[in-house]
Amino acid sequence: MPVFLTILIGQIFVNNFVMSKFMGICPFLGVSKKMDSALGMGMAVTFVMTISSAFTYLVYQYILVPLHVQYLYTIAFILVIAALVQFVEMFIRKTSPELYASLGVYLPLITTNCAVLGVAVLNMQNHYNLVESVLSGFAGGLGFLMGIVLFSGIRERIEFNPIPKAFQGFPIALIAAGLMAISFLGFQGLI
Amino acid sequence: MESFIRHLKHGVIDENPTFVQVLGMCPTLAVTTSAVNGLGMGLSVLVVLTLSNLLISLVRKVVPDKIRIPAFIVIIATLVTVIDMILQALFYDTLYQSLGLYIPLIVVNCIILGQAEAYASKHGPLDAAVDGFSMGLGFTLALTALGAVRELLGSGTLFGFTILPNAFPKILMMLMAPGGFFVLGILMALFNFIRNRKDKDSHRAESGKEAF
Repeated sequence: MPVFLTILIGQIFVNNFVMSKFMGICPFLGVSKKMDSALGMGMAVTFVMTISSAFTYLVYQYILVPLHVQYLYTIAFILVIAALVQFVEMFIRKTSPELYASLGVYLPLITTNCAVLGVAVLNMQNHYNLVESVLSGFAGGLGFLMGIVLFSGIRERIEFNPIPKAFQGFPIALIAAGLMAISFLGFQGLI
Repeated sequence: MESFIRHLKHGVIDENPTFVQVLGMCPTLAVTTSAVNGLGMGLSVLVVLTLSNLLISLVRKVVPDKIRIPAFIVIIATLVTVIDMILQALFYDTLYQSLGLYIPLIVVNCIILGQAEAYASKHGPLDAAVDGFSMGLGFTLALTALGAVRELLGSGTLFGFTILPNAFPKILMMLMAPGGFFVLGILMALFNFIRNRKDKDSHRAESGKEAF
């Protein structure tokens, strides 16, 4: 049980994907101008990260290891993720049009989110078993969701402030993200 | 030759992948704790981008439109695996261990897939390779600059050589996550500032001519 708690707290706060590992920064900066879209993106990423952690674990343990081709993991993982994202998109479109309306536009973008591939590689490197992998994917997604929603709240405020011309847009957003990262440093030493 | 220089200017200044397009942020921020790391990651991306643009441009007429994205990803992932093995074999102590996880993540670097989709799948092999090279060069320069600033402020060295005297306080924050965000934000603002001024100067020069 402590192992699970360590993974959960570690992935959400201490080793937050966005704030301390710099993964998924592209959507973090690109889709954080409005809180609604940030929430949608965060939920879609959490969903895909959880499922893809399970699938990449199975592919690694039952296909790559028996065939002794572990070095092909990059190719195998990215194909699993791309196929999975496509499948999830079709599945949601068929079963729940409401969910598709809110998550649909973000799903194709997720294939190139490093956090999804990153969590798969990290699970492999840490030798997690199936349950631990799924938990780590889910917690990592939650960490991303929390980061992007908090950040979108800050960015909505930034819009109303007078900002020097050279800093407008991405530079000021990066400074704000840096300040947020400092506050996340406070979680160091929690585990 | 002239078009080669125009391509280079396009990739390094006008459409710089880091400062203007803001793509491929994960490796940009994560590995640039020293100038050497930035240079190493930049060059790895440069090689992958040039070769992937070349290969994708060569197969663009053979691959059906519907499965082009998976096909591109397989080509890119293969190249990244090769680079991963080369780095592991030749630079294990110096580079491979510090870049670590971020080498396989080159696959999902948006610059590479973006270039493949927007440029390589529509242009000839030579053009595509040159464009990939110039984008990669812009990325390498940006990462090296970012790494140099962070290394200088964070550990007082540059490419491993001590520059700042010991009395100068080392800002450890610069080597951690917040420093990455701050330095990139400030460098990006500087880049915008210089570009804005240049635009203004050229406007002024033109209006000056008219006055005469």
